[in-house]
Amino acid sequence: MRVALFATCLGDTMFPGAVAATAKVLARLGHEIVFPTTQTCCGQMHVNTGYQREARGLVERFVEDFADPSIEAVVVPSGSCVGSVRHQHEIVARRYCDTATWERVHATAAKTYELCEFLVDVLGVSDVGAYFPHRVTYHPTCHSLRMLRVGEKPLRLLRNVREIELVELPEAESCCGFGGTFAVKNAETSTAMLADKMRHVLDTRAEFCAAGDSSCLMHIGGGLSRLSTGVGTVHIAEILAATESREVTR
Amino acid sequence: MTGKTGTTGKATVLGRIRDALAIAPPAPVTVPRAYRTGTELPSPQRIALLAERLRDYRASVHECRATDTAATIARILGPARRIGCPAGLPRDWLAETGAEIRVDGPETSVAALDALDAVVTGSAVSCAETGTIFLDAGPDQGRRALTLVPDKHLCVVDASSVVAGVPEAIARLEPARPITLISGPSATSDIELERVEGVHGPRTLVVVLRTDR
Amino acid sequence: MTFLGTPEVPPRGTGNLRGTQSFPEAAHDRLADSQLRRNLGKATRTIRAKRLAAAGELPDWEALRDAGSAIKTQVLANLPELLETFEQRVTERGGTVHWAPDAAAANEIITGLLGGAREVVKVKSMATQEIGLNEHLESAGISAFETDLAELIVQLAGDTPSHILVPAIHRNRAEIRELFLRAMPGVDPDLDDDPANLAAAARRYLRQKFMAAEVAISGANFGIAETGTLTVVESEGNGRMCLTMPRKLITLMGIEKLLPRFADLEVFLQLLPRSSTGERMNPYTSMWTGVTPGDGPEEFHLVLLDNGRSATLADEIGRSALHCIRCSACLNVCPVYERTGGHAYGSTYPGPIGAVLSPQLAGMAGTDPNASLPYASSLCGACYDACPVKIDIPSLLVELRHQHVREAAPRGEAAIMKAAAAAMGDSRRWELAQRAAGLGRLLARDGWIRALPPPLRGWTGARDLPAPPKQTFRQWWASPQAREELRREAERGLG
Repeated sequence: MRVALFATCLGDTMFPGAVAATAKVLARLGHEIVFPTTQTCCGQMHVNTGYQREARGLVERFVEDFADPSIEAVVVPSGSCVGSVRHQHEIVARRYCDTATWERVHATAAKTYELCEFLVDVLGVSDVGAYFPHRVTYHPTCHSLRMLRVGEKPLRLLRNVREIELVELPEAESCCGFGGTFAVKNAETSTAMLADKMRHVLDTRAEFCAAGDSSCLMHIGGGLSRLSTGVGTVHIAEILAATESREVTR
Repeated sequence: MTGKTGTTGKATVLGRIRDALAIAPPAPVTVPRAYRTGTELPSPQRIALLAERLRDYRASVHECRATDTAATIARILGPARRIGCPAGLPRDWLAETGAEIRVDGPETSVAALDALDAVVTGSAVSCAETGTIFLDAGPDQGRRALTLVPDKHLCVVDASSVVAGVPEAIARLEPARPITLISGPSATSDIELERVEGVHGPRTLVVVLRTDR
Repeated sequence: MTFLGTPEVPPRGTGNLRGTQSFPEAAHDRLADSQLRRNLGKATRTIRAKRLAAAGELPDWEALRDAGSAIKTQVLANLPELLETFEQRVTERGGTVHWAPDAAAANEIITGLLGGAREVVKVKSMATQEIGLNEHLESAGISAFETDLAELIVQLAGDTPSHILVPAIHRNRAEIRELFLRAMPGVDPDLDDDPANLAAAARRYLRQKFMAAEVAISGANFGIAETGTLTVVESEGNGRMCLTMPRKLITLMGIEKLLPRFADLEVFLQLLPRSSTGERMNPYTSMWTGVTPGDGPEEFHLVLLDNGRSATLADEIGRSALHCIRCSACLNVCPVYERTGGHAYGSTYPGPIGAVLSPQLAGMAGTDPNASLPYASSLCGACYDACPVKIDIPSLLVELRHQHVREAAPRGEAAIMKAAAAAMGDSRRWELAQRAAGLGRLLARDGWIRALPPPLRGWTGARDLPAPPKQTFRQWWASPQAREELRREAERGLG
């Protein structure tokens, strides 16, 4: 399959390891990967903060970069960015773009997938040959869970990782408190939510908290670092990309 | 805000609603009704389900054969001295109690209702799935105050009036009458969500299920 | 249809629909109250579990939600006709219908209907809370007694409700005992804090009120257009008392509470109890149609309340907030509500639904505290999943944020957003911006940034920020190393 990678603005700038891991997993499965270098951001932060008009250019940019019919699927290592592409791009396009653009927005969104969805639903793969000898707990992230309904798919992939010790996160489905600009505008409430999430992560005595969204991980990881807990965060793509040979050379 | 009541208030409100709908015209909508209606449950299961659900609400439930109704009521109400009932209650149901029977009427005072040890009524329809008894002020049920003021309500439910689900129960009601749905004794969970039975309504609900078995 | 002139946007509502502080300011004090946090945490966790079990028991739950949502859409689309039919049916059955465009009109109508009564009993009604009826009656020298246990607790404490369904959710048993001993006339001085005994004390106190009151005031959960029937759903029996015992009954109902047909109750009497208290059915539901001679009140007045509902209706997206049946499921699943409680929302309507309803009913222009409500959410989506009538609250929040920004964007924020959009609009500018962000590494120690200037200070108040990596993804992608690593992965395959 010819698969385009959408790195997301945050992944590209702050978490290149998670995006590179996504590319490696797809390469391992034998797919041709393209990375349109004109790509930037899906506009989620703008839309979620009320700046739909300002997001228009970003929605058009995304379509420009990925509408190409030779691209069979757009794969994204972020549940919330896919949620934005699928649910919000149409809203922005309906308000600010012409019908032709709206139709392209719709078609591009329809072939855009979060990584785990793509692996399990489109490729029918639940074992990617990964090896990760660590104690890990998984936080499902709100948009993967409730916008994309990825359900058990990430856990199916994780259960097939060699040597992983997967521990259940208590109250896993409750929000970590990130919410984009919410974390800044309502910093105290966000922090109170984060405190509970961290308590649950620490209760599992996991070495890593894993998730499918770098933004939530940045939030949880930032809190765990501030408290000097020694618990790390890891994107699920990085676990799926890890292999025995890479573990050895590390 | 003065002088905007009566017809003026009506014209104002309806005018605003029409303006709103003109600004943002609604799309036509059809209601999907894929939920369960007309559910049929065989009688023994229906009765058992109703009894189980009522007990869940901590109502006390007694099953009896129709011919044993009077004896069952007498046994349950035992020491009650004053029992109230609506004018249309089959009088033979109370034939075996030794209590004084007060038949309710429009002139019966609230104080007199308050002084009753128990009230005995029939019921219109019951929903097994939710454990709900529907009263519709029929002759064997009486006015609403009668089943509200006394502290104990003994309600007779005939097996033939028990339906499976909520849609089947609603379909049997006559909307013009005052209707009361009862699912267990009155209760509150307002203090730390701890359930307490018996606040303002009857603190005890006894259900006599008449079957032909 | 013909219209006289161009349609005008209806005015917003008035009354208890906004607080005095913005949400973050109001939340600040609540977050510091550890007792409140414990009470709320325990209560919302308990109801959440019950609701899930009750909804999960029905195999057709999703079909009921679909029907409930569509019926409400249908109601709003046909509201003028349905209201007129409803009025006609209520009138035919001996009731009198009054129309209140706003809170002040509703208060005036109700006060005028009391006919000299100095005391009234009330059954929990959010609409009367919304219009500030109790305060209005008090200023007219009339005492209104709340009869719902939680409302009574709130009233005796001189407090305001913090939850739609459990208004005293923020108080525990010890606090309630202390309150009863202090404020309930004639209470047994030996009262302990057992909830059963506390409830019994309330029963004794209120029973005299029910028996003596001339007038009762209620809200309504549903009004049936086809038959003129009104419905009140409750647990304690105080509703039955109010609806049955006094000679005169006055019901205040929001115009959006209509249902077209009596049979539609088959949907809502399944959705409401399971969503709100997590019960298969609430203990008592009362239905009445006008006046029934010899049974209940001799006089019945229905006051239909607009108060910003028509203004909400004028917004194609926002109006779905009017589908709300006040079950409070969204409050109980909301991680923000769970931490801040209801008071932080300022309005009668708290939680996620309040965050979309209050700004629409009462407006959110300029520095209105209501303008902060659409932002009081992490958009986690739990409310949408729980809503029995499928109100897409997260999308409504996003829409209201859009409307607020279009009307009155905070200047600094708008500049940042515009600059970010411009930088991201073109990959060359984007790469420059990435390079600038990379300078953030200078602020870091051991890979983490521990303090940032405003507006990002809110972030580093409690969390570190990872230092930007040396290489962006696109730089890696363009490197020979990337090509080599991806080639090796392709070679390795799954085998």
